[in-house]
Amino acid sequence: MSLSQEEAAETRTGHPEEARGGLARDAVRRLRRSPTAIVGAVLVTIFVLVAIFAPLLAPYSPTAQDLSQIRPGSFPGPSREHLLGLDQLGRDELSRLIYGARYSLIIGIVSVTIGASIGIFFGLVAGAFGGWVDSLVMRLADIMLAVPGLLLAIGIAALLGRSLTSVMIAIGVVNIPIFARLLRGAMLSQRESDYVLAATALGVKRWRIVLLHVFPNSLAPVIVQATLALATAIIDAAGLAFLGLGSPDPSIPEWGRMLAETNSFLASAPLLALWPGLAIVLSVLGFYLLGEALREALDPKLRR
Amino acid sequence: MQDAVPGRGVVQGAPLLSIRDLTVTFASRGRRPVRAVDGVSLDIAPGETVGIVGESGSGKSVTSLAALGLLPKRGATVTGSVDFEGDDLLSMPDDELRALRGRDVAMVFQDPMSSLNPVLTVGRQITEILTRHRGMRKGEAREEAARLLDSVGIADATRRLGSFPHQLSGGMRQRVMIAMALACKPRLLIADEPTTALDVTISAQILELLRELVVGSQTALVLITHDLGVVAGLCDQVHVMYSGRIVESAPRRPLFADPQHPYTTGLLASVPRLDQPRGVPLLPIPGSPSDTLPWSQGCAFSPRCTRSIPECLGSPPALLPAAAGTPHHLVRCVNPVRDHAGAVQQ
Repeated sequence: MSLSQEEAAETRTGHPEEARGGLARDAVRRLRRSPTAIVGAVLVTIFVLVAIFAPLLAPYSPTAQDLSQIRPGSFPGPSREHLLGLDQLGRDELSRLIYGARYSLIIGIVSVTIGASIGIFFGLVAGAFGGWVDSLVMRLADIMLAVPGLLLAIGIAALLGRSLTSVMIAIGVVNIPIFARLLRGAMLSQRESDYVLAATALGVKRWRIVLLHVFPNSLAPVIVQATLALATAIIDAAGLAFLGLGSPDPSIPEWGRMLAETNSFLASAPLLALWPGLAIVLSVLGFYLLGEALREALDPKLRR
Repeated sequence: MQDAVPGRGVVQGAPLLSIRDLTVTFASRGRRPVRAVDGVSLDIAPGETVGIVGESGSGKSVTSLAALGLLPKRGATVTGSVDFEGDDLLSMPDDELRALRGRDVAMVFQDPMSSLNPVLTVGRQITEILTRHRGMRKGEAREEAARLLDSVGIADATRRLGSFPHQLSGGMRQRVMIAMALACKPRLLIADEPTTALDVTISAQILELLRELVVGSQTALVLITHDLGVVAGLCDQVHVMYSGRIVESAPRRPLFADPQHPYTTGLLASVPRLDQPRGVPLLPIPGSPSDTLPWSQGCAFSPRCTRSIPECLGSPPALLPAAAGTPHHLVRCVNPVRDHAGAVQQ
């Protein structure tokens, strides 16, 4: 249905009840019409479900070893018992992948939460006060952004020592300036908008204008960025684990570590490198597609 | 020569709003400063309806924004004085000015599509004004908001409070804006092209609404427009602006019956009229508003004026009574239009 038809239909029935929910409902409706969004949402949903229900889905424990089948330098590939084969220590690859989703998801969510909340706080402060506060916050953000993200994360993770927590903090910190800068920019442009002028002309107080009018209208790009940041966080976490900066515990089935460990068996068991790589790619792709579709759905230019 | 002050407030007693010599200059780095408003003076009496007419860029909106301190602090220099009931708005502290806006002076803007916050329900936006200025509690404010929506002709007002702006049509949004502006019964309402973004039938409804709610009430109305038809229907006194200055100021009747400034006659000639024979072409004003002369070098309208004479150049003409005994009809022209039959059909 074209937009104008739909609009006409809405005007005819036009009751506040039907259209309740406002902008969020509006965005969801647009998302449901976008194939990109559907593919992204399906991938993300699978990823999240797998992470949550890992114990139910995994055929074996991620740490259980079946040493009877492996010999040095040669591991059995996919079989009926082990659909994706065994890894170098005789553990079921599929089960490890399934449990690995949990780590990727948790690292992603925690690090993005850290980055977004601190970033939003500083962005809000900069955007609300302007002047020297704005300059100070933005220069600090510039300094952080001048260092490549992964390099900064490596530095922070190395500084904090090898653990999952330090990975999450490192990735979170990398995200802070991105969110701060994004929100501040959105607030600056919203501050020039007509409804802010109209509210000012009717005497609404300054802090109310900032918190109630400017801030909520500036959140759309932040929501999009949060989705995209989840994707980058998963890649970065894999990267850090690959470089040996993840958890030192070898029993943890983290995708990046699994990828790193297959390094020395690449010639004899190339499939072992393929599985975690594929898992990373698919989950990241899901978040990217969803993020891009969200960006379009929340674009004010497409808003009626 | 000293300009006369347009407006009738002085005669009727103390004016509500008295603007003296308002000048607004926009300066941006690397460019020549632009004087958008150039020494505007006018008086508005309580309850009066005043029209400010002019084409885009004539400074009519900037005048009202400057008077309420709504121009960005950086880049705009405002001089002169804006006296509202004895207080100078230009030197008023920010807090006091914010408390005054919406309570004593309110404003309705051109584009109702973008003048409402898209993420808040209209109910929330109206109650915000009520709690701010009238100190109402939430429930009380909600009832009053519904009453206000009802008074601006929105059906099913209580349920509409829960609507988001994008669920309303342009006309309804403008009604909401008017409800918000009138929420505190301000003494002055400035409507900046309130019907420009609306189609003709809706715009007629909005004007009718303004007439019902404002004209004849205690609230004075300043109607900024480029549409002389709007002015003809509502305004007591009309100020015609060109290039930042008032070029003609007259009560409604004399302005339409006896326009003196060639710019005013030009505006009138470019409006279609029912009482003119069919087939008579409309007469546009030649040139564009950018063909102006700085006022310091003479009349800014002279490059486009069909009546320009050598005296138009040199120094700016003063705003003077059009004829002896017409203190409310002022014109800024050295060669005003006296012969009307000729002027309209020239």
